[in-house]
Amino acid sequence: MEANKVLDAKGLACPMPIVKTKKAMNELENGQVLEIHATDKGAKNDLTAWAKSGGHELVKHEEEDNVLKFWIKKG
Amino acid sequence: MTITAMTSKEVTQKVINKEPLFILDVRNESDFQDWKIEGGNFEYLNIPYFELLDGVEEIMDRLPTDKDILVVCAKEGSSIMIADMLSEVGLNVSYLSGGMKVWSEHLEPVKVGDLRDGGEIYQFVRIGKGCLSYMVVSNGEAAIIDSTRMTDIYLDFAESIGAKITHVFDTHLHADHISGGRVIAEKTNATYWLPPKDATEVLFEYEPLEGGNDVTIGHTKINIHALYSPGHTIGSTSFVVDEMYLLSGDILFIDSIGRPDLAGLAQDWVADLRESLYKRYRELSEDLIVLPAHFMIMDELNENGSVSEKLGTLFSRNHGLNIDDENEFRKLVTENLPPQPNAYQEIRETNMGKINPDTEKQREMEIGPNRCAVR
Repeated sequence: MEANKVLDAKGLACPMPIVKTKKAMNELENGQVLEIHATDKGAKNDLTAWAKSGGHELVKHEEEDNVLKFWIKKG
Repeated sequence: MTITAMTSKEVTQKVINKEPLFILDVRNESDFQDWKIEGGNFEYLNIPYFELLDGVEEIMDRLPTDKDILVVCAKEGSSIMIADMLSEVGLNVSYLSGGMKVWSEHLEPVKVGDLRDGGEIYQFVRIGKGCLSYMVVSNGEAAIIDSTRMTDIYLDFAESIGAKITHVFDTHLHADHISGGRVIAEKTNATYWLPPKDATEVLFEYEPLEGGNDVTIGHTKINIHALYSPGHTIGSTSFVVDEMYLLSGDILFIDSIGRPDLAGLAQDWVADLRESLYKRYRELSEDLIVLPAHFMIMDELNENGSVSEKLGTLFSRNHGLNIDDENEFRKLVTENLPPQPNAYQEIRETNMGKINPDTEKQREMEIGPNRCAVR
């Protein structure tokens, strides 16, 4: 999936993955997609809930070699 | 203003003493709904930390000014961030050191009583998850029953009272928590006892524990008498210690009874469960002190933080022991059951030695309450 920006949040513990995601998202236009890589297990539930509450869309999620990958479309 | 760390031990004291505390839980809503810190006089506000990144002003009027405030999250990072933000706007708050991860692992040792010829019995209360384990001590020897995976706590405790661990028991194959029994037995050269009917698939050596077995701790007459009491699992075995204490495992709790479905055979085991509770236990002395392997609600805690009650009292007060109609009993224990414990299949496989997850994975598997009971 094509992303407009990629955020590497690997190795960061909660709350940093979301803090950085929010900051990166602020720099995108509506409809653009941010790709996030994280290793903190809690990121899955938290990013899903955060995207929903912020009106963004979690388009895709996958796990590869213990790295969680998310694609969030700015809403 | 300053922020301070509050330890799980300090929170435990507030639970036991029924002190007031305001908990600002900043985990996401589903995690909070699933499992939280329970306390008789605790109040709660759940706002996920990611809703507060732009500031905490909007929740200020929902926070009390006359109560201690504890900010809680999964692993502590987010709670420190939010506590810092609250501090900047003038509040004195604490955060839970280590978060729910450490809360889940905290064990509080409480002495339950003395044995007749010297010796003591201790209960280890896993307050966050509702698991109870035991140490029976006599003449410099100790037995451990239903231990958690936090094995150092038992090893250190035994050392601090000068006791050598000689026997380790599990009343059944656990589905809600990872047993530390095998590790403790390996480290201390103790004998590890398991009910063979629960252990048909285990991949390690153990001593088969069967009804009628007697094990002596120390050189006096402190017997651990095994009583076969199936129902929660097919092998579930209770112990009568020193003819005073009934360690009931996951068969009988203070305010509830064991559920028969966690090994997938609810309908088959209902009759066993009923037989154990309504016949086998009825033949025991009503003066026995029941010491279960779990509690569900904080109301089950005694004033000193222990969980125990006379068997006779449970016969009159525990709803699960007072259902005359067999069909009604069947319905209670097979229908409308609470959700199953988190990762219970993987936990059972770990306890059989089939899989060996690392510590971090084990923590994750054990997240949440024990959920072994039906009320």
